[in-house]
Amino acid sequence: MKKAVQDASPRTAQILAQACGIELNKRILSFHQPAPQPTTDPSLNEARKHAKPLYTRPGSSVAPSTSTVAQAKGRKLPSTAERVLDAPGLMDDYYLNLLSWSTKNMLAVALSDTTYIWNAQTGTVDALGTVPEDTYIASLDWTADGSYLAIGLGTGEVELWDVAQQKRLRSMAGHQAQVGSLSWWDHIVSSGCADGSIFHHDVRVAQHKVSELLGHTAEVCGLKWREDGEMLASGGNDNVVNAWEGRTGGIGNDANCLSVKPKWMKRNHTAAVKALAWCPWQPSLLATGGGTSDCTLHFWSAQTGARLHSLVTPSQITNVVWSPHTREFATTHGFPTNAIMVHQYPTLSQVHEVKNAHDARVLYAALSPDGTTLASGAADENIKFWKLWEVPRKSKREERNSMGGIKMELIR
Amino acid sequence: MPVAQKTKANITLKGSTEVVTEFFKYAVNSILFNRGVYPADDFNMVKKYGLVVLVTSDEALSAYLEKILTQVREWLVKGSIARLVLAIVSKESRVTLERWQFDVDVTKPSAAEGEGSAPPPKPETEINAEIRAIIKQIVSSVTYLPTLSEPCAFNILAYTSADAEVPEGEWLDTDPHAIEAGKAEAVKLRSFSTNHHKVEAMVAYRYEG
Repeated sequence: MKKAVQDASPRTAQILAQACGIELNKRILSFHQPAPQPTTDPSLNEARKHAKPLYTRPGSSVAPSTSTVAQAKGRKLPSTAERVLDAPGLMDDYYLNLLSWSTKNMLAVALSDTTYIWNAQTGTVDALGTVPEDTYIASLDWTADGSYLAIGLGTGEVELWDVAQQKRLRSMAGHQAQVGSLSWWDHIVSSGCADGSIFHHDVRVAQHKVSELLGHTAEVCGLKWREDGEMLASGGNDNVVNAWEGRTGGIGNDANCLSVKPKWMKRNHTAAVKALAWCPWQPSLLATGGGTSDCTLHFWSAQTGARLHSLVTPSQITNVVWSPHTREFATTHGFPTNAIMVHQYPTLSQVHEVKNAHDARVLYAALSPDGTTLASGAADENIKFWKLWEVPRKSKREERNSMGGIKMELIR
Repeated sequence: MPVAQKTKANITLKGSTEVVTEFFKYAVNSILFNRGVYPADDFNMVKKYGLVVLVTSDEALSAYLEKILTQVREWLVKGSIARLVLAIVSKESRVTLERWQFDVDVTKPSAAEGEGSAPPPKPETEINAEIRAIIKQIVSSVTYLPTLSEPCAFNILAYTSADAEVPEGEWLDTDPHAIEAGKAEAVKLRSFSTNHHKVEAMVAYRYEG
């Protein structure tokens, strides 16, 4: 256009320009990149609008800086591990979940093809059993009562073990690839597979697969049931966080294995989501952390899917664990800091950081049943124990009440 | 003493440019929020101009806007930008649905006039009050603008003079994203001025009554 205008005589050019609605001495420019797409689903706007005032606090913002270090009063946090266990053969794989701590105070850890149970009370170690030769253990999870252990294998089977009898009860086939994440709720064990599918297995019945959840296009590496079984959260290598309705999620459905859609889906993370945790003292709160290129923690409202807070950390987030007693959470990190960090919620101020907690990236973490000690497993083949929190002292009244309770029992 | 006071009250060209670009930033953010171009969830409340203004917390978006505004600032200093347009287009059909237009006039203090006749410097509070009025108008525009029912994207256009310095490859010539004459309604918004710039705002929208 410009060239044509220059070739013509000034008068013609003027007429031509006028006809086209162009002004000669002007250029209209636009930036070469198109504007970025919104990261969250706009169809939830309405729901968010109503939910937001419920969660906002005065003086809060979505992403405060991490620089403020609020050291808790009179509390000293460990800079070295309380105890170190050697774990030769602990696999160095971000997508596995090889550490689980039961309510009976037993820590299960998988060292390539063998499961070991470390009794935290006595300190004894037992080998629970090995898996078939051609495969390895990809994930572990205890039942809520701590008497059974589910083991996900590299070939796709999910095994159920009775720990007291050291016996394998059943092996549930179904998945075509590695089962890297497991989560129990009641008699349902949910398994996340490398092909992106999540199955619910009802361990009581022969036709164990009761439901199939398809919401990921890549490996499911994080999977967590909420304690009340109302919701299931999953994170995948496709950078997606999904929340599934527990009740309508097909549990207890007939054997036609209904495929269901997630309650909400989030694409805010820019790397694989392995770290997932439901808040024990605020049931509608879900924390998720992204991998290497993301390093961000997001906090979600489970009901609406609204993003409540975000926190950018210095490195890959491999686990997030809530403290049951205090308003805090711990995160474990990969390269370069290999750190364990403790932050407060909802201020998100940093309470503590153990840099280079391990010599290699911290991959696995589990919290003790009393909620005080974090066990961390890393690529340096060590399991370390960190006493991050205290059990709160009971008030006198509570103590008396519990004493009264015991007395009553004795009398009866 | 009077000298010191005068320099404080008198905004320089650089300061004026700063005021105008900052206004663009908050105006664009307000439009994107109020028109629902980006999810409301991704905006934070910020106090500005004595108002609560919503500013995006989406890092990709704020980086994008910052890149644009850095260039706009440069053009403003050189006086080579005449108009900034924010076009809201339908994602699917690429049709312009709304067109927010900000005309920038460089008001050069004429050299012929002596220093004594130069207009008195405009106090900052007055400028802020004018800007506040425009932002308020943007916020309240929701009441008369038609609802954007389809997913939208936005595009920022800069009208520059032909001899403006344009970073190679970063800015490209484009069509004006105008709405066809018969199908558009336009509402003139308020304006504000500093000693060096005058900004007039206007919104045009597609209305097929």
